[in-house]
Amino acid sequence: MAGLPDEPMNWIGRNIPRLEDPALVRGEGRFVADIAVGSRAVVFVRSPVAAGVIRGIEKPDLPRGVLVITGGDVAALKPIVPRLGRFNYVAIEQPILPRDRVHYVGQPVVAVVAPTQREAEDIADAVFLDIEPEQAVVDLDSAAGPGAPVVHPMAPTNTIVEGRIRTPGLDAVLAESTIVEIDVRSRRQNASPMETRGGAASFDKASGRVSLHASVQMPHMLRTGIADCIGMPEADLRVVAPDVGGGFGQKMSLFPEYVLLVWLARKYRTEVAWIEDRRENLIASAHSRDQHHIVRGAFDGQGVMRGLDVEILANIGAFSCYPTTCGVEPLMALAEYAGPYKVAEYGTHARGITTNTAVMAPYRGVSRPVVSFALERLMEVAAKRLNIDPIEIRRRNLVTVFPHRTPTNMVLDEASYLETMEKAVEVADLPGFRARQQAAREQGRYLGIGFSVINERTGYGTPAFAARSMEITPGYERVEICMTPSGEVEARIGASPHGQGLRTTLAQIIAEEVGVDVQRIRIIHGDTDRTPYGWGTFASRSLVIAGGASKLAAGKLAQKLKRAAAVLLQGEESQVRLEAGMALIPGGASISLDTIARTVYHSAGPISEKIGYDLNEAATYDPEGTFSNACHVAVVEVDAETGNTRILRYIVVEDAGRLINPMIVDGQVQGGVAQGIGNALLEEIIYDADGNILTGSFADFIPPTMAEVPDIEVHHLATLTGATVLQAKGVGEGGSIAAPAAVINAICDALQPFGVQLFEMPATPQRVRAAIRAAQETSP
Amino acid sequence: MKPAAFAYHRPETRAEALALLAEHGEEAKIIAGGQSLVPAMNFRLARPPILIDINAVPGLDGVREEAGQLVIGARTRHATFEKPVTAGPLGTLLARVAANIAHTPIRSRGSWGGSVSHADPASEWCCVTRGLEAELVAESATGRRSIPAADFFQTIFTTALRPDELLAEIRLPLFGPDWHCGFAEYARRAGDFALAMAVVACRVEGGVIREARVGLGGIASTPVTSPEAVAALLGQAPSPALFAAAGAAGAAATDPDGDIHASGEYRQDLVKAMIRRALVQAFA
Repeated sequence: MAGLPDEPMNWIGRNIPRLEDPALVRGEGRFVADIAVGSRAVVFVRSPVAAGVIRGIEKPDLPRGVLVITGGDVAALKPIVPRLGRFNYVAIEQPILPRDRVHYVGQPVVAVVAPTQREAEDIADAVFLDIEPEQAVVDLDSAAGPGAPVVHPMAPTNTIVEGRIRTPGLDAVLAESTIVEIDVRSRRQNASPMETRGGAASFDKASGRVSLHASVQMPHMLRTGIADCIGMPEADLRVVAPDVGGGFGQKMSLFPEYVLLVWLARKYRTEVAWIEDRRENLIASAHSRDQHHIVRGAFDGQGVMRGLDVEILANIGAFSCYPTTCGVEPLMALAEYAGPYKVAEYGTHARGITTNTAVMAPYRGVSRPVVSFALERLMEVAAKRLNIDPIEIRRRNLVTVFPHRTPTNMVLDEASYLETMEKAVEVADLPGFRARQQAAREQGRYLGIGFSVINERTGYGTPAFAARSMEITPGYERVEICMTPSGEVEARIGASPHGQGLRTTLAQIIAEEVGVDVQRIRIIHGDTDRTPYGWGTFASRSLVIAGGASKLAAGKLAQKLKRAAAVLLQGEESQVRLEAGMALIPGGASISLDTIARTVYHSAGPISEKIGYDLNEAATYDPEGTFSNACHVAVVEVDAETGNTRILRYIVVEDAGRLINPMIVDGQVQGGVAQGIGNALLEEIIYDADGNILTGSFADFIPPTMAEVPDIEVHHLATLTGATVLQAKGVGEGGSIAAPAAVINAICDALQPFGVQLFEMPATPQRVRAAIRAAQETSP
Repeated sequence: MKPAAFAYHRPETRAEALALLAEHGEEAKIIAGGQSLVPAMNFRLARPPILIDINAVPGLDGVREEAGQLVIGARTRHATFEKPVTAGPLGTLLARVAANIAHTPIRSRGSWGGSVSHADPASEWCCVTRGLEAELVAESATGRRSIPAADFFQTIFTTALRPDELLAEIRLPLFGPDWHCGFAEYARRAGDFALAMAVVACRVEGGVIREARVGLGGIASTPVTSPEAVAALLGQAPSPALFAAAGAAGAAATDPDGDIHASGEYRQDLVKAMIRRALVQAFA
């Protein structure tokens, strides 16, 4: 089933250089901070305490042209309240600026507006927040336990969302199997996009409208959310996501800062801009993956996992993110724990716990990096316990018959779970590695190899979100396409790329259908005035869904062009082919598409009877979703004296179905792996017991640099799925989903002589060292 | 990320710089490379009302050899040491150390004198200055004095320099060919502040170590020496077992501070490993 596409194509499958890059490498991109030049600067004064009552706010003497806005000034703004229809969801409210209490360090409390950034920072520095601190609850397990301080009175147990799934036969299987139990902890992450958040709002006196340029992933949704909070017509607000320097999920959510920018611009009929600095981004944007899982696998004597029973806690922070809600992490773990493995009996219990910490929001892979880490560690521990080779135990458990319905009713479409693993074993030369590992051990060096097999749910439409009972169900995408009178193709998309190269890949898809060069295709995105309503870019969806809609819309345009060509060439529509900017009848006459376009718009005449007066088409696509898959292999050397891990080799065998632009796919995989390596080894947001954040700069929250990320070899298999119109699968998150498990499995393999098993990510050097020390103390 | 307001002076002679220091004293902060000061100011963790920029003052750069010492001008940039500045073990050692300091842009701007005046206990030059028992020469409008490294570092970010003093030179002993020097540190990423570091220098005569210096950094409020590691080395023939024993002796005598990256216990492990590795390098 895995094989290469059989039909030769003109544009799809080619490594054409990204169309967006020339402007970016020349420094001619337009990011929010470029657009903000000349606006008044907005600086937020943020809560210095994690929990407390606001007694008063002392303002300094204000120079002319300076505003200091507090919660009392914006009392008319509605709070942010995302909703879920079930799962015992408590609809907590996030104020735009609080009037009475603060809930986490970094919460915006006061907005200062001044002519320049420097003046705004000076005034912000002189604002005094008189807050009476109260006892904060920070730690996940403490917050979930009895007697914890209550963060929101409407949620007396701090549980905001709770789901439970249990198949009827689970208890029987647990009773009669070998139970392998592991306790898995994932520490808090920050997605750390290269460009931080930011927005520039400008009021147009003539129309009364506000334009908000913002570094976001979901411009249409942001417009809806802001208009709802302010109580203004959506038509009076234009949201534009210009060039966006990465998002990884952090830029999906509606943040109070954006509501306030639009409110300021509208109320004071002016231009205001806020550009987040790195410290704010680390402290006050959105965090993720602060989770604790207790995983019990029920194995038979052959190593077949017959049941899975998991308890999941997720720290959702102080408020619930909009629009996904804070269910996004716990409910994903609830439903998707089986990953690529077939398991008949399934039980999960997941809770989202509120604490006095920054808000949790989606981050590349959401819960799946943690779930994959847990499952892949479970496979290793079970293999050891049952004395089965760790590759063999996976062979016995991976899904190999498709479509496969999971215990939670998801359908896994055609994929290559087993084949990617076998290929990875071959590429990694496992026997050769074992020999090198042995030789190294004899010299006191510890090499290890780690495998991680994952599937990645991608390109899912509205049904998947409806299944989570979200009030707002993202999913479909619409593409409006037209050919201009001079023959270029313009496609207006609801999706909103932020670095993925979508302008290039969508152009390739359209070029394939319409037969024009990619250079003559313009992808128009990110502007609510110029694009149809859509959901933006997240959940490994854009290529599949916006790409699918592009293919459908471009197919309609191609039909229209063929119909017009048939009239002009006096042939049969079915004979017309579109190629290299021409419509031609094989062995007969031809005409350029430019001429057809000019004729349709300007000399309609007889053609109008056949095709009307324009070359506009549109399509909407809302698929069920498809699962891409991969096997990752990390080869590491662990320094037993320092606990340091160096990655010597990193291999990915990926199956993303049909590749539109393999170079872009490789880039997605490599970027994801780099973030996964950060998760595995380096990155951790740390709070002290009072809720003060200790990792407020890149000196303390430490993403990997070029020195820590090795070359990443990417190999491809291609299962051409029938689940999507392009036969393509999404590939945005797999790198970060699989990497932590591969790296930490490799560390444990390296430290086999010590018997070290790690279940916490990141596996920082001090944690590795502590594990070695503990192992040496227990078995001298 | 804008600093609080400050006044800025850029003197063009040493006398002018010293006069400004005499006038403004504690109000003033000297800026050379600015690689620690400017970020601290942008975070508003440091709010000096007055900056005295010494980059236009002549005669503060460069190294020279004088009376058995390597004399380093306080404004000499880290990058100067990437290649040996002197023949013999010291030049090689300093090049090895320089490679561990942050990244190329920081090394091309940051200065030795700025680094030791800032007195970050995780600074490589502070560790070398203390470990090799350097002398530091300070100048003020009223005179010039030499301060031994043992007295110079008082606590974190605090030195014996008076508010009216400018650090002019650092003087390190020039080791002869019978000396063996090494340096090792552990940082979580390339270029990060080290969690622990060790510098060693040993003089070998007749196959045994007759003199030794061991300095440690990143583990306490100042750089420190390790008399215990020195004691373990003296009178012994260099060997892997000796290096490990010296590491263990040095580590056992420390009680390092813990932070988010390294608990005290973990730092002790690192001290042990870094002393051993510095010795292995010294005798490689």
